[in-house]
Amino acid sequence: MVENRPFLTFLTHAFLIFGFVVVAFPVYVAFVASTHDLPTLLTGAVPMLPGSHFIENYSAILTNVSAAHGLPNYSHMALNSLIMAIVITVGKIVISIMSAFAIVYFRFPFRVLAFWIIFVTLMLPVEVRIMPTYKIVADLGMLNSWAGLTIPLIASATATFLFRQFFMTVPDEILEAARVDGAGAMKFFWDILLPLSRTNIGALCVILFIYGWVQYLWPMLVTTDTGYYTLMMGMKRMVTAQDGVIAWNYVMAGSVLAMLPPILIVIFMQRLFIRGLTETEK
Amino acid sequence: MASIDVEKVGKIYTGGVRAVTDINLEIKDGEFIVLVGPSGCGKSTLLRMLAGLETISEGQVKIGSRVVNRVEPADRDIAMVFQNYALYPHMTVRQNLEYGLKNRKTPKAEIDARVTEAARMLEITQYLDRKPRALSGGQRQRVAMGRAIVRKPSVFLFDEPLSNLDAKLRVSMRGEIKRLQRRLGTTSIYVTHDQLEAMTLADRLVVLNGGQIEQVGSPLDVYHTPASTFVASFIGSPAMNLVKAECQGDRLAIGPAMISLNGYAPASGTVTVGIRAEDLRVVSGEEGMPFVVEYVEELGSQRLVHGLVGDQALTIALSGESEISGTMRIAVDPARLHFFSADDGKRIVSANEAARAAAASSPAPVA
Repeated sequence: MVENRPFLTFLTHAFLIFGFVVVAFPVYVAFVASTHDLPTLLTGAVPMLPGSHFIENYSAILTNVSAAHGLPNYSHMALNSLIMAIVITVGKIVISIMSAFAIVYFRFPFRVLAFWIIFVTLMLPVEVRIMPTYKIVADLGMLNSWAGLTIPLIASATATFLFRQFFMTVPDEILEAARVDGAGAMKFFWDILLPLSRTNIGALCVILFIYGWVQYLWPMLVTTDTGYYTLMMGMKRMVTAQDGVIAWNYVMAGSVLAMLPPILIVIFMQRLFIRGLTETEK
Repeated sequence: MASIDVEKVGKIYTGGVRAVTDINLEIKDGEFIVLVGPSGCGKSTLLRMLAGLETISEGQVKIGSRVVNRVEPADRDIAMVFQNYALYPHMTVRQNLEYGLKNRKTPKAEIDARVTEAARMLEITQYLDRKPRALSGGQRQRVAMGRAIVRKPSVFLFDEPLSNLDAKLRVSMRGEIKRLQRRLGTTSIYVTHDQLEAMTLADRLVVLNGGQIEQVGSPLDVYHTPASTFVASFIGSPAMNLVKAECQGDRLAIGPAMISLNGYAPASGTVTVGIRAEDLRVVSGEEGMPFVVEYVEELGSQRLVHGLVGDQALTIALSGESEISGTMRIAVDPARLHFFSADDGKRIVSANEAARAAAASSPAPVA
C-alpha cells in the first residue's frame, strides 16, 4: 500500500514509536539498573539515566558474584547455556529435516500416521509431558549430563512440519530431473534439497537457538550438579537472596549480558536470512 | 543412439484407474516421434513410463536391446526435458549442465568440453555463470535442453517443452529443436497437445486418445488419411469438417444437398463424411450445395468462412481476396472426401485407397 498523506504518516509513526517504547522500555530499565550501585537501587526508584558503576558491576558479575551464591563462574554457566542451545538447535534441525524428507519423499507403510503422530505432539506443551519425560530420563541415568539436558528437547514437531510444508512446494519435476541426472535419494537431499532449504534453516536457527538459550524449567529439573547450571538457572538463583538483599545491580548486569547471544544470532542470521530470501527461487 | 520397442504397454494406477492401454510401438534409431493427443489421453504417462518415472504396469519397454522395465531412470541412457524446465534454482547454468555428468563420475576435462560444446550449440555461453532466475523463459528452455544434450543419451524425451513459452518463441524454439535433433541424430520422443507442433516436428506421429493409439503415421499420412473421426478432428487447423450424410448408390446426401460421387462411394447407408476446409470450393450456378454464411475469420492469407449446409456446420478456407456473399454454392472433389463409419467413427477405406496402400510397400494406415 503506497499512501502519501502526512497525517497517516504521522499516525503510523506514532504507533510504531509507541510499540517500540512498550517493548524496549523494560530492557532500558534493566540496562540503567545495571549501571548503578546497590544502595541507589534499594531506594525503590530506579533512576531514568545510566549511572557511573557500569564497569564495576559488569566486572563483578563476570568474576566473583556468582561464587557468593554457590554457583560456578558466570562464563562457565554461559558456556553451558551456549552448548545446550547449539546442541538443541543443530539437533532439532538435523532430525526434523530428515524426518520431513522421509515423510515427503518416501512411500512406506503408516507414513501418514507417522506424520500425524509427530503433528499431534505439537498440540502438547512440554510441561504436560514433563513428568513422564523426567521419569524416563532419570531411569536412563541421564540426570546431570549433557544428554539429559539436550536429548529430551531435541525432537521438534514444529520444525518437521515447517520443512514438510517447504518440501511439498518444491516441484516434483526437480526431483525427477535429479533422478534422470543420476542422483539417488541422499544425493538429491544433499545437492538440491538442503541448499534450497537454506532460508528455512536460517530462520529456524534463530528461533531454535533462542528457544534453547532461554530453557529454564527443564535444566532446573534434570541438573542438581551446579557444574551443569545454565545461565537462566544461575540468574534465577541470584534473585533468591540468602540474606534478604537482592543485588539487583549485578542481576541486571547479568541479564543484559545474557541477552547478547540471542541478539547476535538475530543480527548475524538475519543477514543470511534476507540474502537467502532474495537469492533462492523455486 | 538406440531404437525403442514398446510392447503391449499399459498403465493402471493404484485404485484401478487405467491411464494407458495396450500400446505397441517400434521406434527406429534416430527417429523423431511425437505423441499427440488431448489432455488426459495418456501421452505424458506413456513418456514417463519410458523415462522410468512411472512404473510400467503391463507389457515391456526395450531401449536398444535391453528391457528397461525395472531399470532406474538414470541407467536408461535417456535425458528428459520438462515442461517447467526443472532447472536446479540454486545452481548456475554451468552447474546445472554439469550435474548429471558429475554424478556419473565423468572426468573433469570431458565435462568441460561437453558443456562448452553444448553451450555453443545452444548459444548460452554468455549465461553460463548466471542462475536460472536471471534468465528469460526461452533461455531457461535452452539450458534445459543443454542439460539433456551434454549427457549424450541415446534417447531424448520431451514433455511439452514449449508450452510455457509465448507463441513467437515457441515457433523459433520448435525449429531449433528440429535442427538439433537432425544434427545429433538422437532418437527423440516428444509429447505435445499442439497439433501444429506435432505436424512440424514429427517423423512419425502417434495420435493418442483415451489411453490408446488412434493412429501412427507420418504427418502427411495422418493428415490425408486420418484413421478415425477423432484423428480427423484433432489434426489440422481448421479442424476437418465432419458431417452426417447418407450414401445413396453413387450419390451422397448431405442435408438437403446431393453430391454425385463419380464411383468413389465406399459404403452405403448413413456415414460420417469428412471434408478438409481447403478442399471445398465456391462454384457458380446451380451445382453444389447451398451454403449459408454465418461469420468469417480473417487470417490474412486465408479467409475461414463458417456457415451451414442444411443444419450442419461447415468451414471453408478461401483465399484472402475471394468474394463472400450471404448464400453461396460450394462443391468438393469426391476423391477428396473421407468416409467414416457412423457407428464407431473408424475410417472406411475406399477401393482406390486400398489399392494405393497395397501398391506402396509402407504399412498401410489402419482402417
